[in-house]
Amino acid sequence: MSTMRLTLKVWRQASPEAKGEFRTYPVEADEHMSFLEMLDVVNEGLIAAGEEPIAFDHDCREGICGSCGMMINGKAHGPRAATTACQLHMRSFKDGDHILIEPFRASAFPVIRDLVVDRSSFDRIIQAGGYVSVGTGAAPDGNAILVPKEMAERAMDAAQCIGCGACVAACPNASAMLFTAAKVSHLAMLPQGQPERHRRVLGMVEQMDSEGFGGCTNFAECEAACPKQISIENIARMNRDFLKASLREREETGAGAVSN
Amino acid sequence: MNAIIGLWRSTIGKKIAMSLTGLLLVGFLISHMISNVLVFVDGASLDLYGAWLRGFGPLLWIPRLILLGAVVIHIAAAYQLSALARAGRGGSYRDHDRPASTYASRTMRWGGVLILVFIIFHILHYTVGIIHPDFRVGEVGRNLVRGMESKPVALFYLVSMIALGAHFLHGIWSVFQTLGINHPTWNRWRRGIAIGLTVLVAGGFASIPAAALLGWLR
Ligand code: HEM
Ligand code: FES
Repeated sequence: MSTMRLTLKVWRQASPEAKGEFRTYPVEADEHMSFLEMLDVVNEGLIAAGEEPIAFDHDCREGICGSCGMMINGKAHGPRAATTACQLHMRSFKDGDHILIEPFRASAFPVIRDLVVDRSSFDRIIQAGGYVSVGTGAAPDGNAILVPKEMAERAMDAAQCIGCGACVAACPNASAMLFTAAKVSHLAMLPQGQPERHRRVLGMVEQMDSEGFGGCTNFAECEAACPKQISIENIARMNRDFLKASLREREETGAGAVSN
Repeated sequence: MNAIIGLWRSTIGKKIAMSLTGLLLVGFLISHMISNVLVFVDGASLDLYGAWLRGFGPLLWIPRLILLGAVVIHIAAAYQLSALARAGRGGSYRDHDRPASTYASRTMRWGGVLILVFIIFHILHYTVGIIHPDFRVGEVGRNLVRGMESKPVALFYLVSMIALGAHFLHGIWSVFQTLGINHPTWNRWRRGIAIGLTVLVAGGFASIPAAALLGWLR
């Protein structure tokens, strides 16, 4: 077991309207701690000293819920590729390091407090089409709908997205294209997603734009930052589907007609 | 028509407009570059090419207006997307690492502005002739060589062509993504195509001011 002395510079902001500033905290951490456990140690010290602990979002701490995003030394989720902040361990740092911690920044992700941002814009994108409609009633026969293995795997690759927002945080344009494309692609590659395929991509892209995310400039920073390694191939697929849907959708379908 | 308006209203649609107008301009620049390097054969062959073009008379305005329209659409989309991106980012980071983006991709906006300034200068220089030391209608080859005699002008041409090359490099790769041309079997060709076209077009153009600066153009 080896301990390390670190200096943290953390963004503190008391409320959405407050101005916010960086504050410096020394911390002694163990190399086997996760990054969030290290922050827990800082917070215990702050609480003992009667100060406000650093607010940060977390839930599963096992890399699947997507809530723990923050910028660590300029990188969404920190220095390790394909790793969420909660799965990052202090052995990725060394004794004496200075660590800069900032919230994800995007107009569509307003800061609630310190490192916690409001990502409900992602929820609204999902509500705009990230689902399939199924008939209620008796359960369908297993394997009644055949899905080729290779397609299932590609759909699963897209479905890996945990909606953490690292793509938006890393993108110089604060674009949500990788997130939206992962959700669009995941369903577009499965037979169950076909009936609503066109309406889905039109609705989700419209919502994405109206939330105030920037457009895609193909920097590919999102792919590099994604803890689930979602490929920008999904963005190309969404662009293709969006173009097709825009040209083929009959106008004012409103009530959910699907054109072919 | 509704579909076109709907597309333009979206960020993806604006990018599609940029990619299609960009491709049109790439096509024009390939043919323009090939005709320009005729100057290395001799001035007379450029004059012949110029005479052939002018032979179309007023019809020449059709491609001109199409190109102008493409430039206007391309810039309008670039301007709107840049504004949306700036608004989308909101505050800036104290530290923001950008390991994946390239120099070319990060200079698309200001590089594009430089290209626009270049296009205006270039038209006044060699088409209209009002910022040319000794412009003579129809003597294309001679005008080209005389116009490059000024070192600052040749240098400006050279720098602009480097900016054009950077814009090409990211732009052509970007077109594949924007138009949804992405397949694991073919993806390794995308960079190669972008590099090849960049070297061909920007290199072909740049060879002329470079030759002028070295005193090889006459
Ligand atoms: C005249 C001033 C110009 C400006 C201000 C400008 C600006 C831009 C900007 C901001 C982008 C977006 C970069 C991105 O999102 O990836 C872009 C893309 C592009 N530009 Fe230009 N540009 C100009 C001229 C040209 C010219 C002359 C050409 C032709 C060679 C051209 C070809 C392209 C192409 C092919 C793209 C890629 C579109 C895509 O992403 O699919 N541009 N330009
Ligand atoms: S806390 Fe759930 S992904 Fe990190």
